[in-house]
Amino acid sequence: MSLWQAFIEALESLLANKLRSALTILGIVIGVAAVIAMLAIGAGAENTITGEIQGVGTNLLFVIQGGFNEVRNPKPLTLGDAEAINDPFAAPSVAGVSSALRGTVEISKAGETTRTTVLGVTANYNEITNTDIREGEFINENQILGRSSVILLGTDVAEDLFGAKSGLVGETVRVEGQNFRVIGVLEEKGGSAFANQDDQVLVPLTTAQIRLIRRSNRDQVDVLYVQTQSAEVIPQAKQEISQILRKRHRTELGEDDFTIVSQEDMISVASSITNVLTIFLGGIAAISLLVGGIGIMNIMLVSVVERTREIGLRKALGAKKLDILIQFLAESLLLSLVGGLVGIGFGWVISTVVGQIAAANDVSINPVISLQSVLLATLFSIAVGLFFGIYPANRAASLQPVEALRYE
Amino acid sequence: MTEKNNLIVDARDLTKVYTMGEVKVHALRGLSVRIKRGEVVGVMGPSGSGKSTLMNILGCLDRPTSGEYYLEGESVAEMTDNQLADIRNQKVGFVFQTFNLLPRATALANVVLPLRYSDNHDDHQALAKKALESVGLGDRMSHRPNELSGGQQQRVAIARAIVNDPAMVMADEPTGNLDTKTGDEVMELLLKLNEELGTTLIIVSHDPEIVNQTERIVHILDGRIEDGEVS
Repeated sequence: MSLWQAFIEALESLLANKLRSALTILGIVIGVAAVIAMLAIGAGAENTITGEIQGVGTNLLFVIQGGFNEVRNPKPLTLGDAEAINDPFAAPSVAGVSSALRGTVEISKAGETTRTTVLGVTANYNEITNTDIREGEFINENQILGRSSVILLGTDVAEDLFGAKSGLVGETVRVEGQNFRVIGVLEEKGGSAFANQDDQVLVPLTTAQIRLIRRSNRDQVDVLYVQTQSAEVIPQAKQEISQILRKRHRTELGEDDFTIVSQEDMISVASSITNVLTIFLGGIAAISLLVGGIGIMNIMLVSVVERTREIGLRKALGAKKLDILIQFLAESLLLSLVGGLVGIGFGWVISTVVGQIAAANDVSINPVISLQSVLLATLFSIAVGLFFGIYPANRAASLQPVEALRYE
Repeated sequence: MTEKNNLIVDARDLTKVYTMGEVKVHALRGLSVRIKRGEVVGVMGPSGSGKSTLMNILGCLDRPTSGEYYLEGESVAEMTDNQLADIRNQKVGFVFQTFNLLPRATALANVVLPLRYSDNHDDHQALAKKALESVGLGDRMSHRPNELSGGQQQRVAIARAIVNDPAMVMADEPTGNLDTKTGDEVMELLLKLNEELGTTLIIVSHDPEIVNQTERIVHILDGRIEDGEVS
């Protein structure tokens, strides 16, 4: 009997017991749906995180105060440190440095008030961190020198205060009770798993030092953004920056009192989190596939007993052991395959719904169903069908024709 | 044609022993039987006489414990399961008391079934249609068994038995589940096919009315042939 014929017959016999077949594949459906949804959501989350990190530029390093291990009396980072790192002779791999102060302020306009993150930045901040401006202009050197009361708004802040994302240049807002002139609005970056970059405002560093974020040391800054010549020289750049800072902070012997974080470090942390999630959900999926497989085996064993006479008849008519084996294997394979396909559909629905819920909560996760995950799920369900179908099929095929025909 | 080539069934000294737990049951005790091509043979015997065992062995559903069995000159006793399956498919047609049709399949699909297991690559549908027409069911091909009367179902089973053009047809109580009138019609059909196609016919029954329509009757008792000529 041809395989195609065996498949048609298997389909007919499964359709004859629709409810039973549907219930049998439920385990596989749930298992595969779990696999698909988890892979899609995991990939979506990872894409979002990686995209966010890479959106800032892959050749960007952050330098922050404090060591990886706890250090006593860490020296703060200063503008002097930034200048030293920017020295092309001491640090040839560094392309540029931008320093920033970071704080939280209350910002208001005509009765609307909101709390948000304020960054006091230098004029090259937008170039170094790949920050795009939606309208208006970025802070220039004159405004830095003149300690101007100018401000750039993130789109969320603009929405909160004005109910609009554009046409705001020239407006005035009050930050901590002081008037600031809006000179631009930042491009929307979308929600983020870490920090919402739309929910922040930028002011000149010098203005922040004097009016908004007071530090004991006048030169102190919170973050140094270091742009390297290329993504390839990041390790060298890290080493150069470390050397300069150790010298300046006089910590050549002890622990570093600063930390340099690269995009890669952040991505690897993020993906190790998603990996743990994937393994956990994968375990659940594997268990439900196992249970689904046992369900198929169970039903196939019942089916073999029910159809003992049919098997005997087929053998009397000339069916060989292999013919019967293929017939029953085709049925369990078809069950698990259909279960797998339905599961892929369900997984797609689940991941889409999860994506929508996430979007409604301002976290953009775009679930991605990759061809690999579909192939994996299909192959897995075929494997389950074969593995759990072989025993019942073999039992059917091994029946003796005389005894099978006599079975009541 | 020599005498030997003219023999469909040549079984010599068949024995069959079933082991049921500790007890050994001797179903056949050295039985020999010969059947010529085109013959119509009736097999009679009370239940437990070994006639079912004999039918199973002659139909290649089972192997004898000892003895020799030549079907159309081929030694069958030592064949493997797969070889026996081929023999059943090519040379033997079965008609059962309970019809044994697949309930989900149409009459046509039921008749096609043996062809699916054969290497015959001719048009299966056409062969099956021809077989159904020869049993007078040309207009019932797409009906399922539950839409057919008992007599019609048995005729579908007969069509299935002859579709592969076998050397012999074995009918085990073919009229057992039918009323007398339909039973007579089925017997008539079987005899007609024997006449037209020359198919050897072995009919097992305990109904003398049925067996008396055959050319030769073999009586079996306690695993041996009681009387009738052993040619």
